Amino acid sequence: MVQRYDAVVVGAGGAGLMAALQLAGHGNVAVLSKLYPTRSHTGAAQGGIGAALGNLEEDHWEWHMFDTVKGSDYLADQDAVEILCREAIETVYDLEHWGLPFSRTPEGKIAQRPFGGHTKEFGKAPVRRSCYAADRTGHMILQTCYQQCIKHNVHFYNEYHVLDVLIEQGRCAGVVAFCLATGEIHTFHSKAVLFASGGCGKMFRVSSNAHSLTGDGMAVVYRRGIPLEDMEFFQFHPTGIYKMGILLSEAARGEGAILRNKLNERFMERYAPTLLDLAPRDMVSRAIYREIREGRGIDGKNYVHLDMTHLGKEVLDEKLPDITEFARTYLGVEPLTQPVPIQPTAHYAMGGIPTDVEGRVVIDEKNTPLPGLYAAGEVACVSVHGANRLGTNSLVDILVFGRRSGRHAAKFIHENDWAPLGDQADSTARDAVSQVLNSTGKERAADIRDVLQDEMMDKASVFRDAQGLTTLREKLGELRERYKRVKSEDRGKSYNTELLEVIELGCLLDLAKVLVESALARVESRGGHYREDFPKRNDADWLKHTLAYQTSKGIELRFKPVVITKFQPMERKY
Amino acid sequence: MQVTLKIKRFNPDKDKEPWWGEYRIDAEPTDRLLDALNHVKWYLDGTLTYRRSCAHGVCGSDAMQINGRNQLACKVLLNSLGNNITIEPMRGYRVIKDLLVDMDAFLAKYRSVKPYLITHGPEPEKERLQSPEDREKFDDTTKCILCGACTSGCPSFWADGEYIGPAAIVNAHRFLFDSRDEGGEERMEILNTLEGVWRCRTIFNCVEACPRDINVTRAIGEVKKALLYRKV
Ligand SMILES: Cc1cc2nc3c(=O)[nH]c(=O)nc-3n(C[C@H](O)[C@H](O)[C@H](O)COP(=O)(O)OP(=O)(O)OC[C@H]3O[C@@H](n4cnc5c(N)ncnc54)[C@H](O)[C@@H]3O)c2cc1C
Ligand code: SF4
Ligand code: FES
Repeated sequence: MVQRYDAVVVGAGGAGLMAALQLAGHGNVAVLSKLYPTRSHTGAAQGGIGAALGNLEEDHWEWHMFDTVKGSDYLADQDAVEILCREAIETVYDLEHWGLPFSRTPEGKIAQRPFGGHTKEFGKAPVRRSCYAADRTGHMILQTCYQQCIKHNVHFYNEYHVLDVLIEQGRCAGVVAFCLATGEIHTFHSKAVLFASGGCGKMFRVSSNAHSLTGDGMAVVYRRGIPLEDMEFFQFHPTGIYKMGILLSEAARGEGAILRNKLNERFMERYAPTLLDLAPRDMVSRAIYREIREGRGIDGKNYVHLDMTHLGKEVLDEKLPDITEFARTYLGVEPLTQPVPIQPTAHYAMGGIPTDVEGRVVIDEKNTPLPGLYAAGEVACVSVHGANRLGTNSLVDILVFGRRSGRHAAKFIHENDWAPLGDQADSTARDAVSQVLNSTGKERAADIRDVLQDEMMDKASVFRDAQGLTTLREKLGELRERYKRVKSEDRGKSYNTELLEVIELGCLLDLAKVLVESALARVESRGGHYREDFPKRNDADWLKHTLAYQTSKGIELRFKPVVITKFQPMERKY
Repeated sequence: MQVTLKIKRFNPDKDKEPWWGEYRIDAEPTDRLLDALNHVKWYLDGTLTYRRSCAHGVCGSDAMQINGRNQLACKVLLNSLGNNITIEPMRGYRVIKDLLVDMDAFLAKYRSVKPYLITHGPEPEKERLQSPEDREKFDDTTKCILCGACTSGCPSFWADGEYIGPAAIVNAHRFLFDSRDEGGEERMEILNTLEGVWRCRTIFNCVEACPRDINVTRAIGEVKKALLYRKV
């Protein structure tokens, strides 16, 4: 079945909805999402969205920009970061105008609180910059954007799973999607396609990410010859619930919570004397791993404590109600009186589909755009986060660049016609589906995924080295072989979620391989990528972005310069 | 611990009638019920079907009847459920496959109450001001994740499928009591119909069902009062 649209947005999280709102009214637009929009993982974001409103103390977008660049370990492109931090301010006001129920200051302004790595006067002390709605900021953003979409009659295809993107003669021609309800494959012939399909945290065992975050958008685009940028940079958030990985927002530390080891020491004093527990995430996660390695984990196990007992009932009830409840529900721990067991959890892909600041997907080191193809949000790499994202900056990113890409795509569909659709445009997707459904193999997706997640956690998480990564590369090869024999017991048409789990696993395997190759190549340590065999940052050789291409001879790596405008690289101390 | 999951199964491609599947698994007492369902799907029977995403109670995907009560599978631990657990789809919605139900009508009702801020006149350059007290008035109803547990548990809804249901009213409340909103009249017209708030008989099932601890009945009561006195 072929349907024709001016533009198709893939994904209905914050980025996709924001883009759709820009496109609404500019033509015939469809939003495809494998989840009902309000189930998207943007809704899980807790802590806040960063913008230098200065509601509680002096603040400036330049300070926000400095923090973002320094937090990125100087790998972020500074032209993009400038846009991010300037436009953050109007974006937050827009959200408020759309009805987002921010928490308020006594004067009725949007409330703000401190967050990791956000400072005043270029690093002097923490600043209150994170705009929040209790610890449900992402929920409110997702709801508010979806509400606006209802108001503006945005057309959704819910529970449509995108399997492929169509590139014809150097232009984007549409996508192919699987309808969960019927099991039918639909071709969406479209002038513009905007990927906003989120991250890929499910390649790791312990993760804050939803089951659905399997990097589909990245994988689908990559298989069509488009590179992926900076995939070696994956953020581990310091405070995930022990074993489960459920996130306890940095907002807890923003409100004063403290990390402690088994000796009850506030160990961050040793690692980041100025910002302490509010140092950037890569540093705090490494500090926790070090404490554990040196035997100071609680009970000799691989976790430490997040201590909120001194914050008092009012702060917990009013500012951190959800995470307090998570600790009670999932750990049976009462944060008012007991410390909470935490460990670093796989959280955020800094890398992704390379784009320029208009959200256009670019395909080489010269930033050549691929006409009609856009990406925004966690699936994309602009790059505003470089080697390490600061807390609150993803929500800014998805909205600022969701909006810019949507606006640019709206212009594009006015000025351009459809690229011709190739013969049998859906054949790749169809083959992928029928291969799984007709497989006579005996492998179970879950068994392969178990090995993948454990191995990635063990060898490609907070600490990495050549030996581990090389072993991992071989393991991934074996898993790829096993994947060829994977089966789906469910061969039905309606809601065949087993089939889709198999397809999602295929995406994770491809992306894990890109991550490992990129991490092996980068023989330095920067931000979230820490090589124990190369513990120093090396600007002379490595102040550049990685671009990984799939070729018939395997993965080819190329490199792209970093855009530096205002801030020259310096040593990163907090 | 050893648990036996008794799951109501139905596959439209094959089954004329629903049937009960029984699965014995080894699990940790602190596992979520969702982990147990995943275990069945991943290692025992891949055809078992349900929705899930976030796995920690914030996306609203996996409401189902667990030992007879609507709950999110990801928000209840096995140690609170005993060794024999009965799992059925939510009541009141058409079953599509196993635990997965058709929520289109439910979501359409949500959309029908104009769940978006309505304002007239120009927007200020910065934020609109709202006092913490005014913000507090609708705090509870901003938490809704549209899981459908409340509406599914409502006897008034069982009796009359056209009833707009508690979830839609909760979402109307969220705007009716927002000091910034100017759409009160339009929204009240919608709620003041035969299938609107007056179908509610204050049975309190919804409050018990809500995984976000929203005081649904109180919200509905506030909406009723607003309708009677025509002001919020
Ligand atoms: C627990 C948690 C807390 C966080 N807290 C914060 C915070 O406080 N501040 C902050 O700035 N950031 C935070 N983040 C990060 C931030 O929330 C995410 O990076 C961001 O929300 C991603 O938004 P998105 O729109 O790119 O993707 P998502 O919201 O993940 O949406 C992805 C969309 O794509 C769709 N999709 C995916 N694959 C397909 C496919 N194959 N076909 C069709 N549709 C598809 C999904 O259905 C979904 O609609 C947090 C993240 C987590 C996990
Ligand atoms: S009010 Fe509660 S039970 Fe009802 S849909 Fe919302 S979250 Fe679910
Ligand atoms: S999986 Fe999201 S609420 Fe249970």
